[in-house]
Amino acid sequence: MIDLALVNVSRLQFALTALYHFLFVPLTLGLSMILVIMEAVYVMTGREIWKRMTRFWGMLFGINFAMGVATGITMEFQFGTNWAYYSHYVGDIFGAPLALEGLMAFFLEATFVGLFFFGWERLSRVGHLAVTALVALGSSLSALWILIANAWMQHPVGAQFNPQTMRMELLSFSQVLFNPVAQAKFVHTVAAGYVVGSVFVLAVSAWYLLRGRNVDIARRSMAVAASFGLACALSVVVLGDESGYLASDNQKMKIAAIEAEWRTEAPPAGFTVFGFPDVQARTTHAQLKVPWLLGLIATRSIDRPVLGILDLVARARMRIESGIEAHAALLALRADPADAAAQARFAAHQQDLGYGLLLLRYVGDPSAATSRQIEEAAWSTVPDVPVLFWSFRVMVGLGLFFILLFATAFYLSARHRFEQNRWFLRTAFLSLPLPWIAAELGWIVAEYGRQPWSIDGLLPTFLGVSVTPVSNVWLSLAAFVVFYSALAVVDVYLLVRMIRRGPDGLGYWPPERTPVGVS
Amino acid sequence: MPDYATLRLIWWLILGALLIGFAIMDGFDLGIGATFRFLGRTDEERRALLESIEPVWDGNQVWFILAGGAAFAAWPLLYAASFSGLYLAMFVLLLALILRPVGFMFRNKIADPRWRNAWDWALLIGGAVPALLFGVVFGNLFLGLPFHFDGLQRPVFTGGFFGLLHPFALLAGVVSLSMLIMHGSVYAALKVGEPMSVRAAALGRTAALVYAVCFVAAGIWVASSMAGHRIVSEVHALGPSNPLTKHVVIIQGAWLVNYRTHGTLWLAPAIALLAAGVTWSLLGVRRPGLAFLASCLTLAGTILTAGIALFPFLMPSSSQPDQGLTVWDASSSARTLFLMLVLVAVFLPVVLAYTAWVFRVLRGRITLEEIRRHAGLY
Repeated sequence: MIDLALVNVSRLQFALTALYHFLFVPLTLGLSMILVIMEAVYVMTGREIWKRMTRFWGMLFGINFAMGVATGITMEFQFGTNWAYYSHYVGDIFGAPLALEGLMAFFLEATFVGLFFFGWERLSRVGHLAVTALVALGSSLSALWILIANAWMQHPVGAQFNPQTMRMELLSFSQVLFNPVAQAKFVHTVAAGYVVGSVFVLAVSAWYLLRGRNVDIARRSMAVAASFGLACALSVVVLGDESGYLASDNQKMKIAAIEAEWRTEAPPAGFTVFGFPDVQARTTHAQLKVPWLLGLIATRSIDRPVLGILDLVARARMRIESGIEAHAALLALRADPADAAAQARFAAHQQDLGYGLLLLRYVGDPSAATSRQIEEAAWSTVPDVPVLFWSFRVMVGLGLFFILLFATAFYLSARHRFEQNRWFLRTAFLSLPLPWIAAELGWIVAEYGRQPWSIDGLLPTFLGVSVTPVSNVWLSLAAFVVFYSALAVVDVYLLVRMIRRGPDGLGYWPPERTPVGVS
Repeated sequence: MPDYATLRLIWWLILGALLIGFAIMDGFDLGIGATFRFLGRTDEERRALLESIEPVWDGNQVWFILAGGAAFAAWPLLYAASFSGLYLAMFVLLLALILRPVGFMFRNKIADPRWRNAWDWALLIGGAVPALLFGVVFGNLFLGLPFHFDGLQRPVFTGGFFGLLHPFALLAGVVSLSMLIMHGSVYAALKVGEPMSVRAAALGRTAALVYAVCFVAAGIWVASSMAGHRIVSEVHALGPSNPLTKHVVIIQGAWLVNYRTHGTLWLAPAIALLAAGVTWSLLGVRRPGLAFLASCLTLAGTILTAGIALFPFLMPSSSQPDQGLTVWDASSSARTLFLMLVLVAVFLPVVLAYTAWVFRVLRGRITLEEIRRHAGLY
């Protein structure tokens, strides 16, 4: 039987460490690209101030980068330490993009990041710019590979179950590579990272302008952040990754849960702006709907329906019944691989094997499941509706706010009017935490919304867990909480201290060379 | 496409090559991390030692990350069974590795001696603990680990953390720790100005001696009194990766069978020992550049020695020997192995090329005069 206490604590640990890691990743993505822009201006204009900007923001980038590297090692370990069965079950497919992330992205990023800091006097201007660009390229490539891996969890393509090895095996790598969900996710996530970097630069620069410090650097930094951020904020919203949400049953379930759409509406479905989803009553109270909008966003059409939760649960129930057959055939094949009847039965039902495995949470032998247990398992395919509903709405609201923020910054920057608008500077500074909230909520929508699956339709999360004493996981979780909290305190302390010290306090150049006033 | 057996063999070699790459590249910064508090007595001396590895340690560590990723992609059962089975050991290793990126990046940002001292200890732990643990894990592979598979083919580990601290495993830990301290000291002797380089050369010679004694002792232990694993049923090198279909016996001397059948394989331990001796002498005559090459040979020879002894086992099981993982029954599918082989063959040379370029840009000794010119470049 499945040890649910072990499953829950393992999930909690994975969620906390992933959310924590994802505090640093988007900023690395965004800042690395902003560094490239700033240094490119330096190389093209030859003006020293742009080099100072690159080095100052580069120093803050470095602090954040170290945290990203440190917490990223945890993620690679954790698949093996806590999700051993998952690793065995899908390593044949999932391992490849992870290894390629190391081979093509981490090496690039990690090898050149050293030269970014230590190469200023050893490289030509163009040479150093190339190094910075390679660091940024490495970060974005890393996002590409991990999102290809993640997209395969959301929408597993190009693979088949092998009863002899009891795992999924690769059929077509190009299908894994060109997974439509991966493309949508990559654009959305990377653009979101760029927004995080832009808001960071915008907010810190606003703080300097409010204090009248480092005005030259702050004003220019703000102009970069405003234009880059505006373009990216528009991309994030327009190219939201909803477009991939119709690829499979589970993705459809996710969108139905996000919308709290209990019953299938006549197409094109309306978009619920506001309401109170009621899980018990399976309805949403006090709904405020915009007609047509959801159907247009989700299906890019006016005639295809967006399936509601009740219809999708009915579909899941049918697939579970078929999955029971698949599981029974698999047991027969394990006993005798040459059993022709079992082979035929397995071939007919293997696409639903994962649905049969859902029952292992309730009963040791799926063939013995009662109709009540099947009903329970079918409803277990519905993720947490209120959490998804609200997370999505807050995330989208923040996305729209960022467009407004950057558009205003862009306007003020074009008219050289930052300093006169202290209300804007204050708003920009106070916006500092918002993009992180949006990014974490995005992770919750994508990954918590994937539940109960770790691999959509193939492997339930509860089954993927390592067979290890639950005390081990409690111990590691407690140590993570203590250790990560301490690191967070040190990280924030150091960032605040270095920001307060400002570009002049870096020790890279003597203070008397600081240009003063407007240039 | 090569046949499945050949692909498996190639991937065993690639895994070995990645471990050797990791030991050569990350080994010197782990070794310096473990010893820079003693090689450098003032803050400036320590900064010089750290600056010799700060620009490169992160790229070096990717060798370890890639070896882990390659195990996941090519040997998923090995990755799953070892990481979950060695849960607490892996967790300790992880915490030690987490200390490194933040330690390097944060240390020089604040001049307060308490701050720097705290990070120096963090970096020491981050260097010494992994260097020791890698050997302990390898030692345990020789002893076999208590694990088996359940009905769903989930790996189940029945031992605990303290079970890993068998005297032989600890001896193997000392082998890897002294080996990487030797390697780091040679690099410091090559890369850092005086007086640190002189101290490093002396420490490197001591470490080479400790390594040689422990390596020989471990060899004698394996040869004289350790039982090894041996497959006695027919080997299906082309069959599906199912570790439940073979029969394994535990017999005295099984870890030496490969050496007895192929005499030339004795070259691996011979080179390891000889190169350690050469490292020792070259450090004595102040030729750290050549000593570094010799030290690399020691690392490669040591890892090969262990790998050859265990072959074809990747992770023998002490509780259910039949279910131990071998090269023939723990790999990915042939399609994945081939795909990954092509990608590694294309991209690893690119990595080596730009890594070499970066080292060339960073060439030259880090002297105390240079350190005094800036407050820290990170």
